[in-house]
Amino acid sequence: MDCNKEALSLMHKHLDGDITREEESSLKTHLEGCLECQKHLHELKRTITLIQSTESVKTPDDFTQKVMQQLPIEKKHVKYLRWFRMHPALTAAAIFFIFMFTGLFSAWEQGTKLTVSNPDNLIIKGDTVIVPEGVTVKGDLVVHNGNLKIDGVVDGNVTLINGTLIDEDGLDSDGLMASVGEVNGELKEVDRIFEWVWYHIQNLFKGIFSIGE
Amino acid sequence: MELMIREKIKQVKKGNQAAYEDVVMFYQDKIYQHCLRMLGNTHEAEDIAQEAFIRAYVNIHSYDDRRKFSTWLYRIATNLTIDRLRKRKPDYYLDAEVKGTDGLDMYSQLAADDRLPDDELEGRELQSYIQKQIAELPPKYRGIIMLRYLEDFSLQEISDILDIPIGTVKTRIHRGREALRKKLRHV
Repeated sequence: MDCNKEALSLMHKHLDGDITREEESSLKTHLEGCLECQKHLHELKRTITLIQSTESVKTPDDFTQKVMQQLPIEKKHVKYLRWFRMHPALTAAAIFFIFMFTGLFSAWEQGTKLTVSNPDNLIIKGDTVIVPEGVTVKGDLVVHNGNLKIDGVVDGNVTLINGTLIDEDGLDSDGLMASVGEVNGELKEVDRIFEWVWYHIQNLFKGIFSIGE
Repeated sequence: MELMIREKIKQVKKGNQAAYEDVVMFYQDKIYQHCLRMLGNTHEAEDIAQEAFIRAYVNIHSYDDRRKFSTWLYRIATNLTIDRLRKRKPDYYLDAEVKGTDGLDMYSQLAADDRLPDDELEGRELQSYIQKQIAELPPKYRGIIMLRYLEDFSLQEISDILDIPIGTVKTRIHRGREALRKKLRHV
């Protein structure tokens, strides 16, 4: 065995711990007969021991403190952003509610002005909206902040917000159908805030689902 | 311990800055020592070690939990020391005059080396002699020898830290060992 090449490389393999069994036994036989290599291996092992015997150094006392002081302070918005990223469902819900309530309240604060959804052919007297006899309203009719009197026909749903349906001939023995004009759909009266909110929510969901259709 | 650190890192990732303090405390001695041995200067070593911890914190999200944190941290520290060594090369000549010392150069700052090392080298003296020999190895051997024998990393881990093939790690370890053997055989 060549001391400088083969034996040396086996020695290093041995020190790295990846020597095979055959290699190890051939190195052993070589070492038994070669003082030079024995010495070499011994010196290598001793070198490693010497390296490992060196004292470990201690970090200066305030090291950790200094590091902590130098860490970048998190910006507020980074904190919020991370929170949002970690709670996507809550964030979605929060955004949903914000939009919903701002929408609702701005709608509520539109004031107490009387508004009618489709005022064609209707008579407006003070705070009363009249559907005259012989007039047919095509489609839904929504009246805000006003009363409604129907003598004609409404071809759709009727919704009254902050108002009532005037039934002048209510005492008439002919009954409701004769005095109130015809409504070919649902009739809804909404005059309390909660009902009004509920109505908006229903509309919102109807809107959402009709988009899907 | 590894588990405790794992838990702390998780918290740091979630934004708990205070949890990082324990991580720094756990690794500070090792990282500082590594920097000191690489740079041979306490001031620079502290500087670079701090920088390594700060970088690790800032980039904590790019740390992959499935790997060992220490390997990742050492990698940052090693890259920083190598950068520093490269940068300082031109202005660190031993025969350059030291400022404010009236004609003294860096040679005068070094211990006299005319004595043979084999007699009466004991204790502290032996320690500093060995450290000096390690310090005089070329950086690419020095770093690997330290990672292997002072910091107890496996060859595979060293290859990860330095981002070089395992074969290269072995070659450098062999050469580093041989170089040190020549320097230390008389001790």
